[in-house]
Amino acid sequence: MVAPSSFGNKEDHQIVGCLHMGHLHLPTTHTNCHNNGKMVIGSSKKVVANQLDEEKRVCALVVDDDPLVRKLHQMFLNRQGLDADVAENGKEAVDLFASGMNYDLVLMDMEMPVMDGPKATRELRAMGVTSMIVGVTGRGVEADKAAFMAAGLDDCIDKPLNGGAIIAMLDELAKKVL
Amino acid sequence: MEVDQLQRNFLEYTNLLFREGFLDGQFSQLQLLQDESNPDFVFEVVSLFFEDSERLLNDLTIALDQQNVDFKKIDAHVHQLKGSSSSIGAQRVKNTCIAFRDVCLEQNAEGCLRCLQQVKQEYLLVKTKLEALLRVRVPHLFSLEQQIVAAGGAIPMLNDFC
Repeated sequence: MVAPSSFGNKEDHQIVGCLHMGHLHLPTTHTNCHNNGKMVIGSSKKVVANQLDEEKRVCALVVDDDPLVRKLHQMFLNRQGLDADVAENGKEAVDLFASGMNYDLVLMDMEMPVMDGPKATRELRAMGVTSMIVGVTGRGVEADKAAFMAAGLDDCIDKPLNGGAIIAMLDELAKKVL
Repeated sequence: MEVDQLQRNFLEYTNLLFREGFLDGQFSQLQLLQDESNPDFVFEVVSLFFEDSERLLNDLTIALDQQNVDFKKIDAHVHQLKGSSSSIGAQRVKNTCIAFRDVCLEQNAEGCLRCLQQVKQEYLLVKTKLEALLRVRVPHLFSLEQQIVAAGGAIPMLNDFC
């Protein structure tokens, strides 16, 4: 299982894999997700104080089979100060969490090969994942959207994403963790 | 050419593309994401769109050429193309895809062929215009954007469309 790196080596962070409930820690080379520290969320710069000192960047995971969409959503998130990893389908996303990675926010596409959004969401929730999972759908059948929400989403939004939608999402995320 | 004039040309051309419906507000979102640390972002995303589209249009041509047309497959391809085009703001391509999906639902092979022709046409149109705006295939000509940057100017934004 390989999730391609979201953004080269432009930053000098130390690369640390995230621990999830003390499970197997697989060192990874593609995320800056730390588990400690104050959380600084996006451009609203809300600081969620915590006992620990180190600054933590909010981590996101973009799950979509279209490389164009992955790149776009990643950039939207980066712009708001988030680090974002990518996964090509639901199975890759599940595998990432299973390997010990942790993300605050997951953008989950609905239709993907191998494992689709609803299935992946159900599996993640069954695994005990409490991250904010936002479904991303092309405007479609309402019943499909409802079924997707029922799989365990926190919210569901239409493609394509824009800056405003991301900010609204981060405000929700801030409320969730505060 | 003066930077001012170049910037005006760039804005006018972008404005024209918006007015003629080739691009919608999503394209402005792309432009907003471009900055000094990501100077080629729009070009990169548009290039991905070209790659995606050409592959999908090819797949669609093959799929519609089969003895027994697999309409489910066709719908899946068109759905993808609709997704990419809407992500970059290629409005007319997106709208053609929406119509295409309706025809696909009817399982009308001839109708689908007509739709494919339309999508190809719209794609080629927007491709030409985007290439003019960003880069050109003919090396000795500079795109408007390149000329502006070469003259020391900044790429202007269409704030109305943000």
